[in-house]
Parts: sequence; C-alpha cells; structure tokens
Amino acid sequence: MLKMTKIYKTFNRDTINEKKAIRSVSLHLYPGDFVTVIGGNGAGKSTLLNLVAGVYPCDGITGSSIVLGGNDITRAPEYKRAKYMGRVFQDPMRGTAANMEIEENLAIAYRRGKRRGLKWGITKKEREFYHEKLKILGLGLEDRMTSKVGLLSGGQRQALTLLMATLKKPDLLLLDEHTAALDPKTAKNILQLTYELVSGQQLTTMMVTHNMRDAIKYGNRLIMMDEGKIVFDVSGEAKGKLTVEDLLEKFEAVSGGEFANDRMLLA
Amino acid sequence: MNITTLLLDMKGAVSQGMLWSIMTLGVYISFRLLDYADLSVDGTFATGGAVTAVLMSKGMDPYLSLVFALLAGLACGAVTGILNTKLKIPSLLAGILTMIALYSVNLHIMDGKANIPLLGTDTIATKAAARLPGGDKVIAGMVIGLVFAAAVIAFMYWFFGTETGSVIRATGNNEYMARAFGVNTDTMVILGLMISNGFVSLSGAMVAQCQGYADVGMGIGTVVIGLASVIIGEVIMGDRFNFAYKLVAVVVGSIIYRMIIALVLFLGLKSYDLKLFTAIIVAAALAIPVAVNKFSSKKSIAEPDVSDTDGGRSPSDV
Repeated sequence: MLKMTKIYKTFNRDTINEKKAIRSVSLHLYPGDFVTVIGGNGAGKSTLLNLVAGVYPCDGITGSSIVLGGNDITRAPEYKRAKYMGRVFQDPMRGTAANMEIEENLAIAYRRGKRRGLKWGITKKEREFYHEKLKILGLGLEDRMTSKVGLLSGGQRQALTLLMATLKKPDLLLLDEHTAALDPKTAKNILQLTYELVSGQQLTTMMVTHNMRDAIKYGNRLIMMDEGKIVFDVSGEAKGKLTVEDLLEKFEAVSGGEFANDRMLLA
Repeated sequence: MNITTLLLDMKGAVSQGMLWSIMTLGVYISFRLLDYADLSVDGTFATGGAVTAVLMSKGMDPYLSLVFALLAGLACGAVTGILNTKLKIPSLLAGILTMIALYSVNLHIMDGKANIPLLGTDTIATKAAARLPGGDKVIAGMVIGLVFAAAVIAFMYWFFGTETGSVIRATGNNEYMARAFGVNTDTMVILGLMISNGFVSLSGAMVAQCQGYADVGMGIGTVVIGLASVIIGEVIMGDRFNFAYKLVAVVVGSIIYRMIIALVLFLGLKSYDLKLFTAIIVAAALAIPVAVNKFSSKKSIAEPDVSDTDGGRSPSDV
C-alpha cells in the first residue's frame, strides 16, 4: 500500500542548526496494516508522517521515493496527496474550520480529492448521509449540524475530524498524536472511536503516539524510531506479546538509557 | 445650520453609501472570508475610476466600461494574490506593493493626467436620472447602487455556497484543514482576492461616473472606509441569521458610515479631519469586542459558576 524507499529529511541544511530528522528510512505498509509509531521527542515520528502527507518534501536523493497504492507521490504537493489520505492532527483546532458549520465541514471532507466546481456545496441527500454518520459518534452532533464547529469542545472536534478524515475511505489514514492534547478520559474515547472506524473499514493506518500502552494495545504492527531511523519493527504475533517493559528495554538498548527521562514514561 | 441642509446631506450620504457599498462587499471578502487585510484596494478603487473614465472619454458605453473596470480589478487582485502565495511575500506587504505600483499604473491608464472629468458625457448617473421623474442625479446614484449591491449580494450568496466558494471560506478559516482535504489553498487565496478587487474596482468606476470625474487620488483611504463600514454593519446588525443577512449588514454599514460622516461635517468637523476621524472609528470599533470580553471575563471571576468546574465541558461530552 505505502512504500517509502530510502527517505532522508534534513532541516536547515548547511547551517549551524542543521538537523538530520530522517535518515534513510524505508518502510513498506501492507493493505490493512494499522501501525503505531513510537519514539522519544525529536525521534522523527511526526516528520515521517509529514513527509508522507507532503507538508514538506523529502531530500532530493537519488533512489528516494514514496509510492502510495501504485502512485508515485514523492514530489506531489500536499493538496494533491490529500486525494489518497485522511489526516488527524494533534491540535484539535487544525482539522476543522471553526467558523463553518458542522455539515459544511463534512461536505468539504466528503469532496476530498474531487474537482470542486460551481455546484451547490452541500445537497439534501448528503445531509441525510451526514446525519447517519454523526450518529455513530454518539455525541448528539447529528442534531446540531448547522452549529459552528468552533462551539464544540476539543474532544468533539477531534471526533468530528476523525469522521471527516474517513468519510470518503482513504487509502491511508495518518494520525499524528491525535489524542495528546485531550484529557485522559476523552483521549480514551477518541482512541476507541479510532479503533472502530479503522477496523470497520479495514483502513491502512499510521498512528503516532507517545503512549506505549496505546501503541501496544492498538494495531497489528509497531515501529519504534530513534534519531531519524526505524530501530524496531514488530508485527503480528510478536507484537501481540509485547509489554511496556519489553519496549522500555528495547529503547534503552538503542538510546543508551536516555529514555528514562522521556515523557513517554508518564503514560 | 438648518434641518433642510442636514436632510439634503443625508440624502447624498445614502447615495454615496450605496455606491461605495460595492467596494465594502469586496473588502468583506478579503477581510472576513479570507482573513486577509488587503491594502491593494486603495489602488484598485482608483484603477476602476481610471479605466471607466478613459474608456468613456474614447466613446465607450458607460455600462460596458464598468465591465472593463471589473476585469481590471480582477487582474489587480491576481497580482496581490500571486505576490503573497507564489512569492511568499507577507500579506500586508503584498497589498502595499500592489497599491504603490497601481499609483503609477493608474496614471499611465489616465495618460499621465491626475484627473479626467466626465462632464458632458453620458454616465450611468445621467442615463438613470433621465429615466427618473424629476431627474435627480443623487436619487439616480442611490438606485444604481441599490441595483448593483443587490446583484453583488446575490452573486456572493450563490458563489460562496458552491463547492469552490466553500473551500475559499475554508482556506480563510483554516488553511491546514483546507489542504488536508485536497484544496489548493494558493489558488483559493488568489481567486478570493481577484473577486474582492473586482468589486472594489467596479465600485470605483461607479463612483467616478456618479461624481463626474476620475482622480488618481480617489482611492486613498478606501481600505479603512471599507473596514469601518464592515465593522459598523456588524456592530449595528449583529452576528445572526444567514450569510445574506450579513452581506446586507455590510451595505447598511456602508450607508451608516456615510451618514455619520455627513453628520459630523454638518456639526462643524473640518473636512481635512475626516481621515483621522475614520481611523478613530475603526480603532474604536475593533477595540469594542476586546473591551467587552475583558469586562465579561472579569465579571465571571466575581461570580463563579459552581456547575462549571470541569472547564466548561458537560458530562455528555467526549
């Protein structure tokens, strides 16, 4: 499904602040893979996701490529890649348009990857469809479809963003620490919703998280990153047997014990 | 000072407000929908006047010349948009650059003359006045303004409800969200600025025709007048109902702004103090919401609401 080959990303090249954020990462995701990505601060988790999404291009190195579902998207701009992927951000404010109505947001999400013309932005038939979809969230948003999204709480907005990202089935779902800004109870509900949406549609998913328990609990594959490289990649049965202690041990082995100070421990 | 003079002044103010409301609707697009303080409109407004005056002096039909003024405005907006999105020049500076450049361009359009009189030529105002009983040019300006404002509002209501219009609004609201859902945000900013400047230029052309001349300096302060009108409209009409209501509020704001100006001039304000006065209106209007917020937050500290202990979330929330 997603095939990243020899990807590098350097920020502020040739300056004193040069940072090699990603170093020679190759990653192959199979259809239906639900991959959790963990690692310390600055390990390159979010950078990796942003490279897939096209927020910035990867370094122009011969042999580097990102191929998604048979389409080479290595040099495609962010808005064109959006055709293939759904995204949820860490900041609940980022994924929705606050001054627009819930149904307007959904209508924009529903047209992801389609040419937008001069047809009316939302049809009556769509409204019924959105009404049904919003019911799934169990937040009563289906009765507030013409409310401005800015009136919703962070958790409600994140739930809506998840629905929007998956409204038109994406080839790839990118979740960038999408529960990190929420309180623990809300975060749990959003993760549960994520699980339902992903397993319901068999979505190929990459989920960055700081929480080791979540990384172990969800998905069929786990990737650990350190200093811009993938240092641990486990899937299937072996992943199912992982414990937090295993991960800590693994991490200390690669990073020389620095990990004990990281906020991942708090989780 | 007598009441008849004031009433006459007010009639003129309503007429002016109607004609300038087309410009205000354009400023509303950049300022409110795109969240973009576009200063190029100071230049574009005069461009509209220059284009219409030159074409009419060469014998073109006054209404047809408005079409060309509109097209010129679209081009001006595209320049600002490209400077901002493709060349990554900050929005304020991009607008200022276009505005300054247009000063020279406008003089070129007017063949080096700072002023082109339209006396003795048929304008939209004289044509409309000829059809009206009494032949009053002030009333004619009012009627023309009303018809055009209605048409522009109808267009905006339709266009910003379409798929393309919706994503222009989304771009102005949250460009990250827009891009994540496949919107080419650069194109949307350019398109929005084109439409905005198109209406501003159209308004400049209408004003030039109704006042009987085009002047290279006629656009100075346009953006501030536009902002003042948008904000006055919002304060007086309130943020409620649908999009069409908000657009009508913009037109009402434009008329009330002119009435305020007429009133303070009537009460003895010197005309050279007008720009200062307008700036103060805008500053005050922008400060009011901030002041109100501060006041209400202070109030809630004084009277804590016991039911609101978990930061405003109700138990049913996620």
